Amino acid sequence: MARIASLVTSSQRRSGRPSAAASRLAFAEFLLACDDPAECAQRALEWLGEHADLRHGLCAAVDPEQGRLSGLAGRGLAPSEVSGFGLDLEDRDHPLVAALYAKQPILLPVGAEARKLLPPPLDQSTCLLLPLPLTPLAGKADLKAGLLALSGVFQSTSPELMWIADVLGRRLARLRSLLALAVTERRLAREKTLLYSVINAVPDPVLLTDTEGRMLLANQRAEMLFAAQERESEGRRRAIALNNMLLSAALSQQAMGGVQTRRELPLVNPEDGSDLLFELLSAVTRDAREGTGVVSILRNVTDLREATEEIEENYRKLRLAEQSARAERDRLDLIIDSVADPIVVTDPTGNIVMMNPPADRLFTVPKQAGVAAARAVRANDAHFTSFVSNVFLTDTGSRWLGECSLTDPVSLVASPVEAVAGKILSEHGEVIAVVTILHDRTEAIEKAELYEQLKRASEELEEKVGQATAELLRQNELLQRQHVELEQASALKSQFLANMSHEFRTPLNAILGYTNMLLQGVSGAMSQQQKRSLLRIDSNSQHLLSIINDILDISRIEAGKMPLHVDEFAARDLLAEVMAEVEPIIARAKLPVATELEPKLPKVLSDRQKVKQIVQNLLTNALKFTQNGGVRVRASYDPKTDQVAIAVADSGIGIARHDQAKIFDDFRQADNSPTREYGGAGLGLSICRRLASMLGGRIKLTSELGRGSTFTLCLPRRLRRK
Amino acid sequence: MKRRRENRTAREQPLILVVDDFQDNREMYAEYLRFQGFRVAEASDGQGALDQAFRLRPHLIVMDLSLPGMDGWEATRRLKQDDRTRHIPVVAVTGHALAGHSKGAREAGCDSFLSKPCLPDVLLKEVHRMLEGEKTPRSRSKGGR
Repeated sequence: MARIASLVTSSQRRSGRPSAAASRLAFAEFLLACDDPAECAQRALEWLGEHADLRHGLCAAVDPEQGRLSGLAGRGLAPSEVSGFGLDLEDRDHPLVAALYAKQPILLPVGAEARKLLPPPLDQSTCLLLPLPLTPLAGKADLKAGLLALSGVFQSTSPELMWIADVLGRRLARLRSLLALAVTERRLAREKTLLYSVINAVPDPVLLTDTEGRMLLANQRAEMLFAAQERESEGRRRAIALNNMLLSAALSQQAMGGVQTRRELPLVNPEDGSDLLFELLSAVTRDAREGTGVVSILRNVTDLREATEEIEENYRKLRLAEQSARAERDRLDLIIDSVADPIVVTDPTGNIVMMNPPADRLFTVPKQAGVAAARAVRANDAHFTSFVSNVFLTDTGSRWLGECSLTDPVSLVASPVEAVAGKILSEHGEVIAVVTILHDRTEAIEKAELYEQLKRASEELEEKVGQATAELLRQNELLQRQHVELEQASALKSQFLANMSHEFRTPLNAILGYTNMLLQGVSGAMSQQQKRSLLRIDSNSQHLLSIINDILDISRIEAGKMPLHVDEFAARDLLAEVMAEVEPIIARAKLPVATELEPKLPKVLSDRQKVKQIVQNLLTNALKFTQNGGVRVRASYDPKTDQVAIAVADSGIGIARHDQAKIFDDFRQADNSPTREYGGAGLGLSICRRLASMLGGRIKLTSELGRGSTFTLCLPRRLRRK
Repeated sequence: MKRRRENRTAREQPLILVVDDFQDNREMYAEYLRFQGFRVAEASDGQGALDQAFRLRPHLIVMDLSLPGMDGWEATRRLKQDDRTRHIPVVAVTGHALAGHSKGAREAGCDSFLSKPCLPDVLLKEVHRMLEGEKTPRSRSKGGR
């Protein structure tokens, strides 16, 4: 809405109409094509110079923003003069501003005044001031696009000047309004972008729907929830469709309710399908032009719900923790009370805060107690206080170990006590309390002493055992040596006896032989006296021989050279044989000898010769030691023990109890005196015993002094060879 | 070493060689056997026994086993290995009553075994038995008890 006034100064006037008309057309076309006001103005001045003899001219345009009139283009003027030209539109008294609002062109005469108003060289001559456009614009009569200041030789107001002022003014006004429009549009677009960025910046989904529930406007968060894009996954599309359904249902309920209310709206997150919870806040907007719409703001309260639940859960946990802490404390109290060792809790000032019963006993004067008990308690207090103050004064470590002597106020027995103290610290590391446990060390010390004694005793014992073992070893060695020596001696003895037996036999052979020969009358007939003497020699030689034979038997048995000849035989036959051989002795003894045999006596597997020797010996013994009565030989079999027994019972002198064991020894008779009544070397029973043992059996004796004896040979029915 | 050859009464009487190193026993048996009518030769050791046996070829030999020098077992073994004396019965007599002696004697070739003390009449019975051709030798005569 600017108007340009042009002041044309033409020195020459051109004629020739057709050319003038064509030139006007060309210029008008140019103006229509040109969008730049400065260029339009410059061409207008050029055109006037060509067609209206303009020499100098200035075109200034109104800048409504600035409220100023500024230089736009110039002819015959320095460019700096053009750009430097400017006037305040408020200055209505200024001739140029006044000219702008004049209805006619104004002539400004040359003079001192003009010089101050216009830049050179316009100030040198009379200037014509033309407001642009010359004719008023529709509705805006007082608004001008600009002003033309022209100088030179000119004819009043030429039609060219009028025309130029009109077309240029209108064009400039038009360009100005176009420019203003473009600026407005840009500003609007920027504002819209800003608005969008504002609502997009809102973290909550915001959307505007029409009354039908169609979405008119939505921010990015809302679009994410409700707007389906092309090429989206099936799941996401379905989630968005569901969200839209839930939203319209909520909105329609809201519309029926009519009032603006808050309500919860559960939705699905299209990104990951998780549940979301929103608070829906909607308001109806009424706009005359756009119609009624609903603005909805959704606030995500999913996290809020979770937070609420978490707080509830924490509260529940807190309650539980509190309960367990209380239970723990009760238990702790119980434990402390049940500990046999005294426990004392002291505060930093040294006062006792808590004690268990055993501690109470140490630090409290018992009722009806004497002076000694009170003194003991005071002493205990003093000892304990000094210990605890040490603990408080010591910085190192949270535990403190000490010893003191405390006296039991009741028994007045002093005990060495080990005190273990622990500091209880606050959060800030200050000592709140000290817990002390007192442990009676009497028992421990006694135990340690006992242990020491035990250890010493054990060591002594060990030493003694060692010595004894060494001694034993030495003895053992000695015994072994002696054993070897004895064995050698025994072997030597056996060899000696065997040799002696041989050496005895050789002369006996001669004695017996010659006696036998004499008795046979080899050397002629003998007197009865001689014969009796010879018989004495003979019988004594025989006795000597039997002794020698016994000695030989023993030496054989001891040397292990007595061979066993095992075969099966009947006890009956054996007894008959013995009876036959002993017959002469029986006849001499003039005693009845009875034999009894069990009917079902089994055969015996043993050494026949040795069994026979034993029985014969037992029988001859029985006959030897019996004066009156008789002898009975009995053979029996015990199937339980599978043993055969041959018993020889006599009614002889018997054997005293204390002699019964001895008689089986070598060279033994019950009567061992030199003047004994009965002959014999005393080897018979000893040999019998050894032989019975060789055969796996033994000889039993039952006897009564003066009433008789029974010797029983017990043999296994079957001798097992070793 | 004594030799008594004066008692050669009858040539047809069997000749007995008595071997014993103990003179009293040897002479006792010799006297008794002569008294009983035998011809008797004597030897007091093993080598002497061999010499006499080869020279005199006796009808029977009474052999004591414990002899100085060559003992009775060895002498018997040699006699039994020689064709000239193999057939002559040998009656072993020993004072060693230990087991093994009779077995050793039998292994050496003795035909009969008697243990001392052995009465002259017991020996006589055995001599008669052997000469009468009873070739089954008796294991032991009286002597155990």
